Amino acid sequence: MPSEFSRDQIAAIAALARLELDPAEVELFARQLGDILAYAEQVRRVDTTGVPPTASVVTRHATDRADELRPSLDRDVAIESAPDPALDAGFFKVPRVIG
Amino acid sequence: MEYEAVIGLEIHAQLLTATKIFCGCSAAFGAEPNTHICPTCLGLPGALPVLNRAAVDHAIRAALALGCTVHEGSIFARKNYFYPDLPKGYQISQYEQPLATQGAVDLDGVPGPRRVGITRVHLEEDAGKSVHEGFVDSDRKTYVDYNRSGVPLIEIVTEPDLRSAGDAAAFFTRLRALLVWLGVNDGNMEEGSLRCDANVSVRPAGATALGTKAEVKNLNSFRFLEQALEYEIDRQIAELRDGGRIVQETRLWDAAAGRTISMRSKEEAHDYRYFPDPDLPAVEVDAERLSRIRAAMPELPDARRRRFVDSLALPEYDAAQLTQSLAVAEYFERAVAAGAAPKMAANWIMGELARALKDAGADAATSPLAPEQLAGLIALIEKGTISGSIAKSVFEKMFASGRSADEIVASESLTQISDESQIAALVADVLAKHPDPVAQYRAGKTTTFGFLVGQVMKAAGGKANPKRVNDLLKRALEP
Repeated sequence: MPSEFSRDQIAAIAALARLELDPAEVELFARQLGDILAYAEQVRRVDTTGVPPTASVVTRHATDRADELRPSLDRDVAIESAPDPALDAGFFKVPRVIG
Repeated sequence: MEYEAVIGLEIHAQLLTATKIFCGCSAAFGAEPNTHICPTCLGLPGALPVLNRAAVDHAIRAALALGCTVHEGSIFARKNYFYPDLPKGYQISQYEQPLATQGAVDLDGVPGPRRVGITRVHLEEDAGKSVHEGFVDSDRKTYVDYNRSGVPLIEIVTEPDLRSAGDAAAFFTRLRALLVWLGVNDGNMEEGSLRCDANVSVRPAGATALGTKAEVKNLNSFRFLEQALEYEIDRQIAELRDGGRIVQETRLWDAAAGRTISMRSKEEAHDYRYFPDPDLPAVEVDAERLSRIRAAMPELPDARRRRFVDSLALPEYDAAQLTQSLAVAEYFERAVAAGAAPKMAANWIMGELARALKDAGADAATSPLAPEQLAGLIALIEKGTISGSIAKSVFEKMFASGRSADEIVASESLTQISDESQIAALVADVLAKHPDPVAQYRAGKTTTFGFLVGQVMKAAGGKANPKRVNDLLKRALEP
């Protein structure tokens, strides 16, 4: 069963992901996402009657923890790994996001 | 045409845990920027969130107190959007299967009492804080502090059951008191640990269909909440009366300008593409955990207020005052348990104690005067050992020193003089010293009586039993 993505749908998804795509990429991703969707359609044909929905496959670690403090990162180490850190003030720094 | 307002609230309340919801970083407010951060709350690759059990317990407490059904299984979902204060590119929240749904709160609203439905209570993490001003390059840069990133919140959503700005303020006041009472939230709106947004629409009075709503944000004080909603309701009614129509949008309360302003963003910005977070298993709350939490919850304010009226015979007003905070209610109950007469204890707690605590910058929980000590003072008044006016000065001394009433009364010889012969001697002395008022009284000018009482009390250093003084003075003045 072929699944299709229109160029508008690709453009909308790209905008939500803050991606700028050129026309060739729009074509490429339309095809690739269509293939992924087709695979999902194939999986959906499996009969899952009586199987509870699985939202998570996390089973190997504790499901919760006690409310106990643990050491945080050293601030300089944490900030240094980011681009354009404001080390003296102790802040992360990004391009201005409001007008 | 007459219009009525329809209002629903969305409240975000920070849960009073030591650590964040998915990591062991401190959740405390006011630390140096970026000192409470780790790979998990920074969203670094490979870090896995692990749920804080205490945050869930707090959320359950709030949900139960709001009359909600707490679900056996609820799911964390990712709410996807881009903003620098959200390091992962998504907020972990709950969407299709929230922790709790379908509660209700009875409200003494404006106009009239009403039942306000609670749509849902869900758990989520807070975002970090963007700082747009105050640095040399603030014209080009936004600074980000992630200390708040991952702090545990509950979001409480009400049904559109509120009908006026006063209604909304009354509800929010009650909700805040309840959350603080439960120890779930500190009620501090200034520090942002309690925040409120409102959905507002208007419709012709009596209509059942809902009008188009606007979401009003930034209602971060009781005053702003009421002002902003009044403004927004008037704005929408004026718009409709002018033949216009309401646009569905987000509006921001501008406190300085005293109005709401549109902050419409592109429509697709609200496509959050929620999906279940695969890093987190379902939150499971079994019946045993629910009943354990329920059993450990304090008696709620409404129930306690009724009990104060019904079994302690307090007036409604006193009962309402004493149940505005859990600490005050507990203080009162401890004083009564230590033997104080309920009405007297109520008077002292609402009067002298409240004033002294306020002056000292303390509250009932941190009072330097224990409720058992206050009961001791009240016992001395009831026994007639000290007079009411002496009791006030004993109270001040107890509050300042932490000494007991017995101790102060004994060491400063404040015991009330009730002995008839002693008072009679004082009376005789006063009459001898003030022949003029005595003559005036006997001539029919009875107003001089008060002066003479005052003189006797003064001679007794305020310690004479006022009723005895009155009786004996009257007898001595009889011709």
